[in-house]
Amino acid sequence: MLQFQKFTLDNGLRVIYHEDRSTPLVCMNILYDVGARDEDSNRTGFAHLFEHLMFGGSVNIPNYDEPLQRVGGENNAFTSNDITNYYLTVPTANLETAFWLESDRMLSLAFSEKSFEVQRNVVIEEFKQRYLNQPYGDIWLLLRPMVYKAHPYLWDTIGKDISHIAEAKMEDVKAFFKKFYCPNNAIMVLAGNTSLDEVKRLAEKWFAPIPKGPDNKRNLPVEPEQKEFRSLTVEREVPFNAIYQTYRMCSRKDKEFYVVDLLSDILSDGNSSRLYNELVKNKKMFSELSAYADDSMDKGMFVISGKVLDGFTLEQAEKAIAEELDKLKTEKVQEKELQKVQNKIEATLEFSEMNIMNKALNFAIAELLGDADQVNKEAEKYLAVTTDQMQQQAKQIFRKENCSTLYYLAKN
Amino acid sequence: MEVIDRKHSPKINEIKQAEIIRASEFRLKNNIPVYHINAGTQDLVKIELLFPAGMWQQPSPLVGSAASAMLQEGTSKRSSKEIAETVDYYGAFLETNITHDYASVAIYSMNKHLPSVLPVVKEIINDSVFSQSEWDVYLWNKKQAFIVNEKKVSVVSRKKFAELLFGNEHPYGHNVSEKDFDELKRQDAFDFYKKSYTAKDTIIVASGNVTDATLKFIEKYFGSTPASPFLSTSDSKKWGNGEGEKKGGTHLVEKKDALQSAIRIGKILFTKEHPDYPAMLVLNTIFGGYFGSRLMANIREDKGYTYGIGSGMVSLSHAGYFTISTEVGADVTKDAVKEIYFELNKIQTEKVSDSELALVRNYMLGTFLRSIDGPFALADRFKGIHFNNLGYDYYERYVETIRSISSGKLMELANKYWKKEDMIELVVGKK
Repeated sequence: MLQFQKFTLDNGLRVIYHEDRSTPLVCMNILYDVGARDEDSNRTGFAHLFEHLMFGGSVNIPNYDEPLQRVGGENNAFTSNDITNYYLTVPTANLETAFWLESDRMLSLAFSEKSFEVQRNVVIEEFKQRYLNQPYGDIWLLLRPMVYKAHPYLWDTIGKDISHIAEAKMEDVKAFFKKFYCPNNAIMVLAGNTSLDEVKRLAEKWFAPIPKGPDNKRNLPVEPEQKEFRSLTVEREVPFNAIYQTYRMCSRKDKEFYVVDLLSDILSDGNSSRLYNELVKNKKMFSELSAYADDSMDKGMFVISGKVLDGFTLEQAEKAIAEELDKLKTEKVQEKELQKVQNKIEATLEFSEMNIMNKALNFAIAELLGDADQVNKEAEKYLAVTTDQMQQQAKQIFRKENCSTLYYLAKN
Repeated sequence: MEVIDRKHSPKINEIKQAEIIRASEFRLKNNIPVYHINAGTQDLVKIELLFPAGMWQQPSPLVGSAASAMLQEGTSKRSSKEIAETVDYYGAFLETNITHDYASVAIYSMNKHLPSVLPVVKEIINDSVFSQSEWDVYLWNKKQAFIVNEKKVSVVSRKKFAELLFGNEHPYGHNVSEKDFDELKRQDAFDFYKKSYTAKDTIIVASGNVTDATLKFIEKYFGSTPASPFLSTSDSKKWGNGEGEKKGGTHLVEKKDALQSAIRIGKILFTKEHPDYPAMLVLNTIFGGYFGSRLMANIREDKGYTYGIGSGMVSLSHAGYFTISTEVGADVTKDAVKEIYFELNKIQTEKVSDSELALVRNYMLGTFLRSIDGPFALADRFKGIHFNNLGYDYYERYVETIRSISSGKLMELANKYWKKEDMIELVVGKK
């Protein structure tokens, strides 16, 4: 059971404090409720580019990293389709420096032309390094537009195309900041060795003067139900054929999420899982095969991906996966098998609580989902899942007309 | 509301070092030492057995990693699936790994489940069978993964660079090829396993909520296996620093379609045992060891040539080296190399400013605090000295060096150890 206190500043900034006296550090995690799904379809990759610009100096402080490092701190950030998250750890004695730095960049950025220019290049290199200059690196650029036709999940966080980054304008950046980087659109979590009084004092001092921003009512297009099987075949300079299947599923916010997450564990969590034993070990059809449930805030994807061994066609591979999915639809999972994945997830949650950064992020996401106290209820939700629910979800999700498949062929 | 100064940093307070919690030692009946660290807030423990079965000790390429992987693939009593099911059922995590210098079998578990999971750990260490069918699946899939990885410039450059540093015959330098997979024999891996996973040089490191009961379980499951004699197959006198490139020089592995080139520059240096090692860590941090480093500031934050660039001092048990590595746009490969040498020359000819040095001192002190936070981190710090025959005073010297080293000394070290003409330079991609 993780204790916490929560308060909200007049400008709408939500603050959560979790005390952990076993560490000499404090973690500050600031989650902004903005991700790639909030981008204009003609200016994609922006939320992520913006994350880079957040390190290019703020209105009163020319450089973000340097003063933080000077007090023994370290930081990083990530962008997803749903959120942009910034986190740092600092020795307790220098906690105030973290408040100074983070509040200034929430107040306003420096918007330096030089930083903008350079970060555009850095992101273009990131695009090449992670998506283009890697075998199988472009799969999300191919899969997302096949799965989504209306919802902005149809592009990846890096963007649809390098040109969107290359053509980004300073005015776009400023508008993006005004709209999304305001206290009422953020959740701040402090976790570590300090006190509630100190957190309150510093939050009031540094963050309370920041003006409230506009209310962002998210009104994203709803993805219509998929009614037909979709597929795409590409050829690339890769050594082996691969197959990627996605099935539309519920969102992280739905109660069914816990059921679907455990289904993915039954299929592919480790050496005792079904896909590994049946298709990698027994049938020797795949060199790698995995399944996972997307934890996106809007309706997401259940993804199965595998590299097919020579001697098998993609049709055979597809049929073998379908047989495993059919088992989940026609036969209930054994109680002992369910118990196994439940025990494992309970332990995973316990291990994640050894680290202040994990705890801070978990609180921030729980608060975004509606209630920070949900971090203490995750385990019971997984433990409440029944074999009936699993069978019902398997029937609901693993239907051919709910599936999009990418056939990724090796050029000879 | 109080008036606040947003232009200037709040007062910078001294970073007090937390006391590093040291491992205590006791010996099992068979004389295997157990180093244990009781720390943390959760009822969890990590019990790790470390064997002289790493790359250094293996008789031929891939034997060590194959033996390590096969530990999870079945014993005379349990199939691979049964091993995994038991571990999963109790919410535990079993890892088998090899490094350059040792192999490890680690179990993460709640204390209350140790009686259920430790028998499995004991069984895989003493009674794995390496069945032919499991072996075939392992080898085939491993080879496939290898072939995919060979398409990555970052992987090719890391392997080629080790070969250039140490030589292809050296245990640290062998550049694995497809041929090594074809020549790998099940029997060799099995023999190596039998010989080295019961050896007298084995140690156990336990961390987390380690109670008397935890130690009793360790004694019960690992204290009765007799320790067999084992001499490591690689002789450090024979190998020395390897038979790699003795002089600096440039090397190119051309990849015609590459969008990015991987660059590696560096040279053989020394291990943690060398008296200048802590000071070299300070120098390296300034140069390329953190986000605000000279290399990052110039090549990423000023020029935008790369998503990331860094340098490191690597200390293995028997040798150490210095390396700079990055992936840059193929069209700016030459420019990036030029800028790396510009920074190298600068750190050799201009003293580091007081301000930059003060920043790096504090950054490193903070990083050290992070590196001793939590029981598993403390176990890693123990391993970090144990495998270089050092005691905890190494960390005292390290902190003392961070606090006291002068800019003059740093410049002297940069000139002494980072001579440009000694550097091996490798580009994988386009030049």
